[in-house]
Amino acid sequence: MRPSASRLLNILVPVKRAVDYAVKIRVNPQQTGIDTNVKHSMNPFDEIAVEEAVRLRERLKASVTSIRAITIGPAKSADTLRTALAMGADSAIHIEIPESAPSPEPLAVAKTLRAVIERHNAKAAKEEDKVDLVILGKQSIDDDLGVTGQMLAGLLGWSQATFASKLEVDVEKKEVFVVREIDGGGEELRCRLPLVVTTDLRLNEPRYASLPNIMKAKKKPIEKLTPADLGVDYTPMFETLKVAEPPKRVGGGKVANVDELVAKLREAGI
Amino acid sequence: MLRTRATFCRRALTRSYATPTSPHALVFLEHREGVLDSGSLSALTAAEQLGGEVSALIVGSSEHVQGVVEKAKKLKGVTSILHSTSPQYAHPLPETLSPLFEKLLSSSTYTHVVSATSSSAKSLLPRVSARLDAPTLSDVTSLEHDSASNSTTFTRPIYAGNAISTVKASASVPIKFFTVRGTAFEPAGEGANSAEARAVDPIEVENPQTVHIKTTIATSDRPDLGIASRVVSGGRALKNADTFASTLYPLADVLGAAVGASRAAVDAGYADNSLQVGQTGKVVAPELYMALGISGAIQHLAGMKDSKLIVAINKDPDAPIFQVADVGLVADLFEVVPELVEKLKK
Repeated sequence: MRPSASRLLNILVPVKRAVDYAVKIRVNPQQTGIDTNVKHSMNPFDEIAVEEAVRLRERLKASVTSIRAITIGPAKSADTLRTALAMGADSAIHIEIPESAPSPEPLAVAKTLRAVIERHNAKAAKEEDKVDLVILGKQSIDDDLGVTGQMLAGLLGWSQATFASKLEVDVEKKEVFVVREIDGGGEELRCRLPLVVTTDLRLNEPRYASLPNIMKAKKKPIEKLTPADLGVDYTPMFETLKVAEPPKRVGGGKVANVDELVAKLREAGI
Repeated sequence: MLRTRATFCRRALTRSYATPTSPHALVFLEHREGVLDSGSLSALTAAEQLGGEVSALIVGSSEHVQGVVEKAKKLKGVTSILHSTSPQYAHPLPETLSPLFEKLLSSSTYTHVVSATSSSAKSLLPRVSARLDAPTLSDVTSLEHDSASNSTTFTRPIYAGNAISTVKASASVPIKFFTVRGTAFEPAGEGANSAEARAVDPIEVENPQTVHIKTTIATSDRPDLGIASRVVSGGRALKNADTFASTLYPLADVLGAAVGASRAAVDAGYADNSLQVGQTGKVVAPELYMALGISGAIQHLAGMKDSKLIVAINKDPDAPIFQVADVGLVADLFEVVPELVEKLKK
């Protein structure tokens, strides 16, 4: 039985290909950036976002009409989209930029996402086909900026729920109950759709894509676009002057027992 | 269309910066139940370093605003205070606060907007800046402003603090929004100051799209983790919530320390998420950081490697934490910690 007309959910999940969290990063000798010839994978917070979209479908079933993944990056970023598709996204969009181009700044990313959403929603035959929920990671572990979701919500004028640790969607009422992790504890909100959610660590534990799903993902569609297609300018607003190593912390001091430890603490004025 | 309005805003703001101007920073001074947030006091120090005027913005409900304004008048570095009161401002929701910020920033000559890297300011500032077609830079650790060129150069950590990035925002960024890392700027103290305060009409949002239901703060008599000079932190080795508490709290008590936790300990439910120290939790730099049963993953180190004295206790001699610890003890923490508590009491 098909859920009634105005009660469907279309989810967009932006994902980013980033240096893998376990890599020991090294600053290049020219101090212009880090050595990127290392393992990359989907930003862990974005994995949580994809997982949450898939879980929403498991809970709400046919009410979740579409889960679309989207990424901005060079050709290699298609791997990240395949991972999202293998985890359960239906289709994907690849905004392709040249290999040599710098990673777009968050405001440019937010403008791109807005353009994709507006383009899609303008073409939507019915109200129920419009994208009304965006779930993305709270920050990417490379630049650690953590601003894109809020910027997108601001550009669209949508509700926002950052650092979400729990989501409960009421499709009938077009409302989402959110629990957020904040300084000092937690906060509960009720947000009207459409909504931008940014994920925090404890929202869920992402699944590993099974081999059958990885195979199925190869057949799922990936639409290719460029920033020019969407009319977004990627000229950076910041100039990176230098990337340097932080002051080195030399550790390794050892004590053999509690008495020696106490002595060291006293020495330090504790 | 939003795009057109954003372009208009940017052009309008750029027009007022044709000639070099003295900086004028708007600092979001946050408070909880009338108590000023330490992070905001660090933001104030950062704003002062820009040179020029510093206006503090205080918002909230009628219950607290006046008290906070009185305290702010005495703060070093504040040249003027703006305050706005509304029941809608009782909780810092970005959707209800943004219109006020946008109005203040569109109609005046602010060059910078500064806040703490608090969960509320982090949620608000980028929303506002995007609507004004400007970027927000997070977690700034140092800054330098050049009035002649109206450009500001910032440093901030990237890749979980394993690299430091120096970036410059030129005059083409008409308002520079940024949040500051609390441990990088001394919280502003009292000065011989008495800034003028001016009330600003709130901009109430009709039928707000987001409604606050409840805030739950993990209360404790212990010092606040974000500003404590001593921290005792536990990892996954602490078995369960009761063992975490019974092992760490006596040590924290005898040291007068705050309690922290690794991500693994929080994920496993041993401690509240507000105690998480790390790349995506709190960044602390106390005089003393004790890591008990914490292996020392990159993401945890990101949150504590600027601590003055790092002590680690772990059963595993190969735990990465020992590489950054000044004092390391390879031992079973359940045997050693009670002994340590006893000996410290003497």
